[in-house]
Amino acid sequence: MMDGTKRDHARFRQIIRGKIKQDLKKYIHHSEMFGRKGKDVVTIPMPQIDIPRFRFGSNQGGVGQGDGDAGDPVPGQGDPNGEPGDGKEAGKDAGEHGDLEVEFTLEELAEILAEELELPKIEPRGQKTLKSKVDKYTSIASQGSNALRHFKRTFKEALKRQVATGTYNPDNPVIIPIKKDMRYRSWKSDVKTENSAVIIYMMDVSGSMGDEQKEIVRTEAFWINTWLRSQYKGVETRYIIHDATAKEVDEDTFFRTKESGGTLISSAYKVCEQIINQDYPPSDWNIYAFHFSDGDNWSTEDTRACIDLMKNSLLNKVNAFCYGQVDSRYGSGQFYKDLMEAFGSDDDKVITSRIENKDGILASIKDFLGKGK
Amino acid sequence: MRSTDLPPELAKLRDEIRGYAVGYGLDCFETIFEMVPSDAINSLAAQEGFPVRYPHWRFGMNYDQYSKGYEWGLQKIYEMVINTNPAYAYLMSSNSYVDQKTVMAHVYGHVDFFKNNIWFSKTNRKMLDAMANHAVRIRHYMDEFGQDSVENFIDLCLSIDNLIDPHLPFQEAKKSQNTSTASSSGMPSSAPVQQEIGRLKNDRSYMDKYINPPEFLEAQKKKMQEQSRQNKKFPAQPERDVMLFLMENAPLNDWQQDVLRMIRDESYYFIPQMQTKIMNEGWASYWHSEIMTKKALKADEIIDFADHHAGVMAMQPGRVNPYKVGVELFRDIEDRWNRGRFGKEYEECTDLRVREQWDTKLGKGREKIFEVRQVCNDITFIDEYITPEFIDRFKLYTYEYNKRTGQHEIVDRNFDTVKEKLLTSITNQGRPDISVVDGNYLNRGEILLGHKHVGMDLDMKYARETMRSIFLISTRPVHIETLIDGRKKVYSYNEKHEFIAND
Repeated sequence: MMDGTKRDHARFRQIIRGKIKQDLKKYIHHSEMFGRKGKDVVTIPMPQIDIPRFRFGSNQGGVGQGDGDAGDPVPGQGDPNGEPGDGKEAGKDAGEHGDLEVEFTLEELAEILAEELELPKIEPRGQKTLKSKVDKYTSIASQGSNALRHFKRTFKEALKRQVATGTYNPDNPVIIPIKKDMRYRSWKSDVKTENSAVIIYMMDVSGSMGDEQKEIVRTEAFWINTWLRSQYKGVETRYIIHDATAKEVDEDTFFRTKESGGTLISSAYKVCEQIINQDYPPSDWNIYAFHFSDGDNWSTEDTRACIDLMKNSLLNKVNAFCYGQVDSRYGSGQFYKDLMEAFGSDDDKVITSRIENKDGILASIKDFLGKGK
Repeated sequence: MRSTDLPPELAKLRDEIRGYAVGYGLDCFETIFEMVPSDAINSLAAQEGFPVRYPHWRFGMNYDQYSKGYEWGLQKIYEMVINTNPAYAYLMSSNSYVDQKTVMAHVYGHVDFFKNNIWFSKTNRKMLDAMANHAVRIRHYMDEFGQDSVENFIDLCLSIDNLIDPHLPFQEAKKSQNTSTASSSGMPSSAPVQQEIGRLKNDRSYMDKYINPPEFLEAQKKKMQEQSRQNKKFPAQPERDVMLFLMENAPLNDWQQDVLRMIRDESYYFIPQMQTKIMNEGWASYWHSEIMTKKALKADEIIDFADHHAGVMAMQPGRVNPYKVGVELFRDIEDRWNRGRFGKEYEECTDLRVREQWDTKLGKGREKIFEVRQVCNDITFIDEYITPEFIDRFKLYTYEYNKRTGQHEIVDRNFDTVKEKLLTSITNQGRPDISVVDGNYLNRGEILLGHKHVGMDLDMKYARETMRSIFLISTRPVHIETLIDGRKKVYSYNEKHEFIAND
């Protein structure tokens, strides 16, 4: 990259980061407009950054080319900005794009989120069990590429050789390295152990949770994943849906399923406990449990069962147990009150948040992640 | 990244291709080819071809887009050439040998066009230096006044960089007059009113203080001033060079004046390229295919050449490719002048069979296209040389937006309407024609812009933002008179940052 380009590109990234921060709420609410590219990159449309100039409205006529009769639609209307031909004359048409799409890595997004919400870094617990190999240029070799030449070490070798062979003259200290003296930087493979983490999502899919509620959960899950992935290497996710009974599902099913039965929250908590016991020894894993519902539970008895389960088992194992109550027209919201009663608002591990509607997403993410758990 | 030395085999190739070009009568500036890696070509393209530009985020944005397009295999920039003397052209190092040949032949076409087309006769051929100079000055201003404030001001200037007068470079008198009256402060004051006017005729001087009492004179003077202010239009003619108008009349400080002047200069440099896009690409494509197919191509290169050439010439359904239209129109002209298919006699011939076989063996095709490349721009090129047969052969049609279906739909293939639409779409480089109509609108030093409506409405969302830019430069409210859905409207952007429509 040319120097000027590097400078301008950095500036451009800085400006679009600023734009995202400025409108973070909008971008968070509409993460459905993000395009995915590969595993770690999203594309975000950003039409408002281009320089405004007088121009014609878009629904104007023009001249086209090809077959077709009067009244036929003009083909290729999906992409009004594409232009055939591949030459470029140095000129003004460079840079006249349509809607701009900008790429961000999830890590960058997490950073922006953290800066804006002032999220504290997570202090991981447990042993570092996840092994990863890291190559570091910390050693020296006698062979290598010239780009890696270690000047000082080479000089030293040459000096040693000249002193040893008696060709060194202190009055005329000329050091001439020969091939044997050359030293190069070389790498050492380090096995690093990392903290690992698992996120267990639970969601009430009974009839009272509508599409809007699920959309909120999906949005929150996207940002929670984004943040936790920036804090741990290799984050696993597991998904549990429940109505009166609970089962583990894959991500896709998690957000699509709609059941009509009643609601027994304890069923989900039991499955969650099972998963932890089977796969995630708390000594090795940082465990995050998230449960979203509209706050209805079948009976106070079941609610009591839930609280017992949390107190006696789950809370000893997880870093944080997060309950998000997505308000719906049908939900009573009772479960939130019950949890508050049982654990209070500043329990060490239980984090509760009420999400009234889409506008509440940002605040709720801060509730969940703001404690640095 | 700059290396002027081509590898020997490419240097040989260059000399060979240049020989063919000269042999055909192309008349080029010295052309310096540089080999650059693909990443550098994206950088250069992002900076509109120039290796040194002032710091600005949009170059970074362009780079972002180009490099992404390249990465995804959506677009690849094969050639880039700068209109300077000597001309600079870039060859992408990863291109195949036959691609490099094609690009060289194409570039010589462009350089001949730059040198000989009259619309380029006024451009600054030392623009490489000018651009570098602008970069130094703007960096200096950024150091002194802060990057943000300078960059924000550049954004405002760029927002109006298409509001210039393409014919100004050809009107020497007006240009010098305009620049000599440049004043840097405030809106203009009206011309001094002569006090003698308004005084009642009186040859008995002792009666004067009765006939022309001071209060009366004062009132007269006011009245005259008012009248002259109304009579004297400012500017006298609508000013298409809105950038110049603001340079002369907006309350700018020195560095802002200078930045506006530099952006304007760069705009004037680029405008001939936009006025001749179809011709310039057509001419270069005509010559690369002529040189390649008749001279330079070796048997084993034909497939690669055909592949590349087809890619450049492809017509996407529904869209008009300037390369294709340009080259085909040049070929059509050549053919017509070779066979004498023009002029009164031919036009008036109604016997289709005779017409079809018309051939006077005139043989003036080559000569004619060289003449056309010298005197035409895209408008006159299309206006004078497009024929009903051409429109037929290339299946050109007009389309309109259908509000009911929400789609663009084909309207017809009538010669007159297709030609008219085609001309409309390239008039003023396909941009709205907007001038300063009144620089002292409502007698409040506000700016009234006029939009010369040619059948297409403005995009008012963009208009609002652009007028905001003009407001921030001039610090006075800005108005624009235009037609929306056939009705005359005046939109205003005022001090409270409101955008208001009035009928």
